[in-house]
Amino acid sequence: MATAAEEKPVWRHRTTRAQLTLWAGWLCLVALFVYCWQVMTADTIWAFVADAPRQAADIGSRMFPPRWGYINELWLPLWDTINIATLGTLLGILFALPVAFMAARNTTPSVMFVRPVALFIIVASRSINSLIWALLLVSIIGPGVLAGIVAIGLRSIGFIAKLLYEAIEEIDETQVEAVTATGAGAAQVVDYAIVPQVLPAFFGISVFRWDINIRESTILGLVGAGGIGLQLQASLNVLAWPQVTLIFVVILATVVVSEWVSAKVRHAII
Amino acid sequence: MSDTAHPRVWRRPPVLIRDRRWRYAIYGGALVYLIAAVGSLEVNWVRVLEGLERGWRFIQGFLAPDFTTRWTDISQGLVESLTMTVTSTVVGVLISVPIGIGAARNIAPRAVYLVCRSIIAVSRALQEIIIAILFVAMFGFGPFAGFLTLSFATIGFLAKLLAEDIEDIDEAQAEAVRATGASWWQLVNYAIQPQVMPRLIGLSLYRLDINFRESAVIGIVGAGGIGATLNTAIDRYEFDSAGAILLIIIAIVMVAEYSSSYVRKWVQ
Repeated sequence: MATAAEEKPVWRHRTTRAQLTLWAGWLCLVALFVYCWQVMTADTIWAFVADAPRQAADIGSRMFPPRWGYINELWLPLWDTINIATLGTLLGILFALPVAFMAARNTTPSVMFVRPVALFIIVASRSINSLIWALLLVSIIGPGVLAGIVAIGLRSIGFIAKLLYEAIEEIDETQVEAVTATGAGAAQVVDYAIVPQVLPAFFGISVFRWDINIRESTILGLVGAGGIGLQLQASLNVLAWPQVTLIFVVILATVVVSEWVSAKVRHAII
Repeated sequence: MSDTAHPRVWRRPPVLIRDRRWRYAIYGGALVYLIAAVGSLEVNWVRVLEGLERGWRFIQGFLAPDFTTRWTDISQGLVESLTMTVTSTVVGVLISVPIGIGAARNIAPRAVYLVCRSIIAVSRALQEIIIAILFVAMFGFGPFAGFLTLSFATIGFLAKLLAEDIEDIDEAQAEAVRATGASWWQLVNYAIQPQVMPRLIGLSLYRLDINFRESAVIGIVGAGGIGATLNTAIDRYEFDSAGAILLIIIAIVMVAEYSSSYVRKWVQ
């Protein structure tokens, strides 16, 4: 380093100090990773891991060919799955609308009291996966499609309300001012100045969430909340792998179709 | 609009669907579907009414959570979840960087591009819980299966977004570096890496957040973590312990979300 100053200065990306800090950061990350790895694998039985390729080959050979005849028993669960997603999304929208208007800074009745409550509802709903909601609801209101619908609805509230309240906060305020200047009441301002501005975003968000909900409702049956997941759980319990493969294929096809529909609709709206 | 006499009354134009026939057809179809869907619901209202009392107990458990009784189980599940999250995110990011570079159309050869894109498609199409079922069947119960699941899911998410980001870079910088006679490696290192690094760090932190949330779920099918503890608590109808676990999950997710948004602002 000392000789470098006497010769031509060499171009360097970072100063020595920045470079050292960077190295220290990476070192900490590696140390954290190694530590976490040690803790996590403390109870791992490596014999099972070493055995995994054989197990994979075994399961793979059992999974093929899929049992195509089983499809006739899947139409009704599939209908249930789609209903769970759709009705759950509608339920979520119903509750998300007031929450979004209470959470948006420019429409909330009270920034001090109402807004934090609305934000907490959004965070609580968003951080708990719909499968966990379903687990809870199955133990509260019993297994069945209703538990699935309510679980999907509860999870959707946070998602829809968050994106919607961000859209409400980003509206063009001059339109609100113009409608207020005509002597409109508060409800009329919302109806004529705010709603038309956020409506395309609202439909986009709803369809997007519906698409995610289809994906999630296919597995809710694993905990007893109805839909095609019930068949999956039943087939897994009796190790009927050819049926499991067919159910995976059906789930994959449903997800792809719903994604395609949602992309088309969103493209048409926006 | 063709009316020459000025209309005195304004009517709001219909939203989205202009054509009246299409509008009625879509509304009618939606109504028929709703009736069919609600009609096919089989709800055991007696069971629901019985459950309301339990629901009330859950709300009470949520308001007065019990952290102490099952603390050893909770802390063990939490440690499993957190270590699983960190290791799977690190491994997932390490694997998804080369795949992401390979899946960027502007720097990868066509054959590599197709292979990497199909890896991404497979990883994204399968849900975490389904991968977890398969990995638990292969590798046995416990956090190792969960670690593999989350790493696999991370690849699809991160590699796709990284590839899109590389495709969106400022080509002028890549051209300038190329004009100096740089090799492919030097191009990636000096023209592309500086442009996508802030976003890569941001995405990795975001994925860390998602992986923690998912680690709470995959325990339900036996892949270790706090989800297994939660499942047990709910199966035993110990709603106060379940409430405590849910509150811990919410708190960690909130902390992760706020700190990651802070770090992302600081990096960019």
